[in-house]
Amino acid sequence: MIRGLWVTLLWVLMVGVSQAAVDTFEFDSEEQRQRFYELSGELRCPKCQNQNIADSDAPVATDLRRELYRLLDEGQSNEEIIGFMVARYGDFVRYKPALTAQTIVLWFGPALFLLIGLATLIIMLRRRQRAMRESQTGHLTAEEQQRLHALLEKKNSDD
Amino acid sequence: MRRIYLIIPLVLFLGLAGFFLKTLMDKQRENEELAASGLQPSNSLELPSALIGKPFPAFSLPSVEDPADTLSTEDLIGKPALVNVWATWCVACRVEHPVLNKLSAQGVVIHGINYKDDTASAQKWLKDFHDPYQLNISDTEGRLGLDLGVYGAPETFLIDADGVIRYKFIGVVDERVWERELQPRYQALVDGGQP
Repeated sequence: MIRGLWVTLLWVLMVGVSQAAVDTFEFDSEEQRQRFYELSGELRCPKCQNQNIADSDAPVATDLRRELYRLLDEGQSNEEIIGFMVARYGDFVRYKPALTAQTIVLWFGPALFLLIGLATLIIMLRRRQRAMRESQTGHLTAEEQQRLHALLEKKNSDD
Repeated sequence: MRRIYLIIPLVLFLGLAGFFLKTLMDKQRENEELAASGLQPSNSLELPSALIGKPFPAFSLPSVEDPADTLSTEDLIGKPALVNVWATWCVACRVEHPVLNKLSAQGVVIHGINYKDDTASAQKWLKDFHDPYQLNISDTEGRLGLDLGVYGAPETFLIDADGVIRYKFIGVVDERVWERELQPRYQALVDGGQP
């Protein structure tokens, strides 16, 4: 009985959460619903700026969701819909910015820094390895080798 | 000798940190200037309009004064003008309204877009507070607003005589904004030059 109550309470709470910013749209197909969620998650709300239009309750986000639904219903492709939004609100509305000359640093900057870091690491490791190899062999003169042997033998006999 | 290379990451980091700090301080100084002149500092970045240099979007909507009268893009062509997006629910619009009245008295061409509003309230507002608009487009659905990339009122567009959008200002148009941002551009268009 108590358990049933808890389940009901949990269910009621969850319904409240999931309906917070979901309007009552009727989708023709599951695929269209998926695309709606995908695109509304990818489009940024111009008013609130740090939310996508799926999460935002701003009036403009509601309008954009309605517009998104209308465009999907018209059978437009994802590219056409993104293009429609960018033409009105600029590149800003895209959480995944298009690859242009302006955004190239944004896209490849982190990878570039990672590569620089990796290259530096490899170069430093190689140098250190070479230094170690060189110190192990070749760098001792015959006299030094003899002394080394003598010292080692002395140590062995001491043990 | 090789150790000198080890400070490269530090130098890079300091360079980036300096750049970010400068950007941050510029923004802060701008806000302080605004506050000093008795204005609300803006806490959000203004988006550049995607429509600068593009023709005013096509529309065919009723007029606020007479809903039987239909206005379209052609009606905006002919003279450089300010196109002001306003609504009775928009508090800041009331703040800028007296400024628009004054500008219109000086002969500045101002058109209005009544954005997502109730036409009866809009008509009452214009009667109560004076009507600075030459044409007033009734965009109750917000469709034209969407085509213009409007994300909150008030927003003010500057269009040239061919109906091409030249500039967009987001926020309250006050004396200072008019003098600094809008007037030079408007005057240049009126004089026939490029802004």
